[in-house]
Amino acid sequence: MSDRTPPPAASGAPPRLQLEGIGKVYPGVVANEGIDLAVRPGEIRAILGENGAGKSTLMKIIYGVTRPSAGRILWEGQAVQVENPAHARSLGIGMVFQHFSLFETLSVAENVALALPGRPALDELSRRIAEVSERYGLPVDPRRRIHALSVGERQRVEIIRCLLQHPRLLILDEPTSVLTPQAVRKLFGTLRQLSAEGCSILYISHKLDEIQALCHTATVLRGGRVSGECIPARETAQSMASLMIGRALPHCEHTAARADGELRLRLAGLSHASDDPFGTDLQDIHLDLHAGEVVGIAGVSGNGQQALLRAISGEDTLAEKFPVQICGVEAGRLGPAQRRRLGLCFVPEERLGRGVVPDLSLADNALLTAAYSQAMVAAGFLRAGRAHRFARRCIEAFGVKCGGSGALAGSLSGGNLQKFIIGREILQAPKVFVCAQPTWGVDVGAAAFIRQSIIDLRDRGCAVLVVSEEVDELFEICDRIAVIAKGRLSPARPAAGATVEEIGVWMSGMWPGAEPATHVEAANA
Amino acid sequence: MDADLFTSMLFATVVAGTPLIITALGLLVSEKAGVLNLGAEGMMAMGAVAAFAATHHSGAPLLGVLAGMGAGMAMALLFGVLTLTLMANQVAAGLALAIFGVGLAAFVGKPYEAIALQAVPPIRIPFIADLPLVGEALYNQQALVYFSWALFWAVLWFLHRSRAGLVLRAVGESPASAHAIGYPVIRIRYLAVLFGGAMAGIGGAFLSVFYTPMWAEGMVAGRGWIALALVVFATWRPLRVVVGAYLFGGVMITQLFIQGSGLQIDFPSQLLSSLPYWATIVVLVAISRNAGAIRLNSPMSLGKPYRPDA
Repeated sequence: MSDRTPPPAASGAPPRLQLEGIGKVYPGVVANEGIDLAVRPGEIRAILGENGAGKSTLMKIIYGVTRPSAGRILWEGQAVQVENPAHARSLGIGMVFQHFSLFETLSVAENVALALPGRPALDELSRRIAEVSERYGLPVDPRRRIHALSVGERQRVEIIRCLLQHPRLLILDEPTSVLTPQAVRKLFGTLRQLSAEGCSILYISHKLDEIQALCHTATVLRGGRVSGECIPARETAQSMASLMIGRALPHCEHTAARADGELRLRLAGLSHASDDPFGTDLQDIHLDLHAGEVVGIAGVSGNGQQALLRAISGEDTLAEKFPVQICGVEAGRLGPAQRRRLGLCFVPEERLGRGVVPDLSLADNALLTAAYSQAMVAAGFLRAGRAHRFARRCIEAFGVKCGGSGALAGSLSGGNLQKFIIGREILQAPKVFVCAQPTWGVDVGAAAFIRQSIIDLRDRGCAVLVVSEEVDELFEICDRIAVIAKGRLSPARPAAGATVEEIGVWMSGMWPGAEPATHVEAANA
Repeated sequence: MDADLFTSMLFATVVAGTPLIITALGLLVSEKAGVLNLGAEGMMAMGAVAAFAATHHSGAPLLGVLAGMGAGMAMALLFGVLTLTLMANQVAAGLALAIFGVGLAAFVGKPYEAIALQAVPPIRIPFIADLPLVGEALYNQQALVYFSWALFWAVLWFLHRSRAGLVLRAVGESPASAHAIGYPVIRIRYLAVLFGGAMAGIGGAFLSVFYTPMWAEGMVAGRGWIALALVVFATWRPLRVVVGAYLFGGVMITQLFIQGSGLQIDFPSQLLSSLPYWATIVVLVAISRNAGAIRLNSPMSLGKPYRPDA
């Protein structure tokens, strides 16, 4: 991109933050070893690495959440012991977490108040939140409670919370995964502005194009050590990927879809009022999904994706039968298990708690969704051997790194767990496969693998629906793309002829043929 | 029913509800911080016996209340060390504390059995105590009754209007997140547990110094358990705790009046005596069935130990 600011020149001033030989050992695991890192005032430095490379641990050390077991930290030239996050904030370090540190039953304003020093009045604070959210294009209502927000909206709250503290070093952990392309540009504008004002930024990501567009410098981590440093503008995506994963970047093979597949999933005028006073109501949604195609639903989080997915999966049943038709059966009033028996497989957005039960083994988790399709239950008795065999098949076929089929689901890293969940559903040979955020927080290698698995599933004649907030991902795997905005769904258009820009405009509710009233609502809401 | 009877029943209801309100509001605060202390019965018993002894020796009921509070806090501190520092299971430690407290109170209280204290005179609030029907019942009461009302407002304000209360709720909701943004989770939980112990101790003191100015083994009579149940069935909302406590007191007094009135009714007295316990629970369950409201008000980390990852 042409508006890139050049890296600030090295000067006599000490770096804002300098790490020397930082190491962190957990019982049995070396998370970080001998890490050196320096960030100058105004520098935007990328921390690049796969899941498990030690990025998060390193950031936790800088932010005072955990103590390093070796090495020292220099803040503006002075050696410091960052005692705790409050101390880090008083130094001027702000952090947006990957696993959000928000309180579900509290409102947005209360959550922000908790992280701010002093005692801001909530009304005054709500005004400041509205101001910041307006200025940086991060719309969120300060009165809403967190549990009613989607993952994307929660991340906005995290970002706003940091920006309100005027930090001198801002740590962002994968901040863009849930923003529209326009919003990403807006955020980058903000970050560049912050950098021009002298704020240093540590930008953790695995999206190479973003790092090239935004960051002055990059430190690449692999296996807990620094595997290289580079200036992203002078590198190619391929060369950075090979520093990061030690080999070339895998790529998806995507051939044209068969056009003659039978109708597998039909949404015929699906409307559903939300239980939550601030939730999104679904309004008159129509969609036809055929065998042998991947249809993507794009949209900024919080526009009804959750309600739509719950209505399709059967977690929310409807008053009428006809709006959801699975393989020709009117399924609106059937529960999730009954819909699964019609051939539907579903991967939800949240992995822990909804995708798997963290405290159960992988085999038991396999049993939860595959019990009937894989005949793991006979005359009311569980057949543990079959569950373990099926779990081992998922582990082998999808390259899940874990301690075997008896490992607790909660012990797996995010990317491995997602591979297991996707594998568990795909290996049941579904007729209709519905997947939310297939590669949320998953590293590039695993993400490419998951995308390829979805395309392969389509080629075997499955009808696939993918809901994602990452537009690039949808373009990579989808045959047709629709957009959800304010609880309404646009018509699905062939992905081949669409551009990212166009889909971005649709995300604000303005697609051709949308009711004029919708525009007004979208603009006012 | 004549007016005098109504007034005296209302008076007795308020008195019967007061120890429950004080104890339950204390437990509510400690549960909002995520700590489930099932030892309320033991803390109340220790509070009662300590308050009785101190009042008996000093002659000053105020010292008795302070002694009761201290005894309750000492019990709570023991619980805190077990569950917050040594990370013992909260349910098991709480049950042990309840049994231990009741037993220790009986042991310590042996020399004080069959001694009666002088009744503490009520405090009459001028003018409003002259109101017809309710004046005598509500405004010519023991000091601790007024304290329970002040406590209600204080807890309500603390939880929903103060920053400290917001932090407390945050700790109860997600200790890991609270730790990540820099709050001392364990210290906050200690304070909350100590507050719960102090209130349970005062609740016990009310029983042995004001309600029935004497000490007898088993005089707490399950009120600690009822206070615990009140907090849960009131879905952690202070107003419902107060409603539930007075409901319990009201039904208790009504059935006592019926049993004592010599009315010839064909109903086992044991069932009549159990009436306040199950009536309170049935009513509170009925008014708080809303699953969404429970989800919003219940502290999500309740009963789960938290060890900061250092």
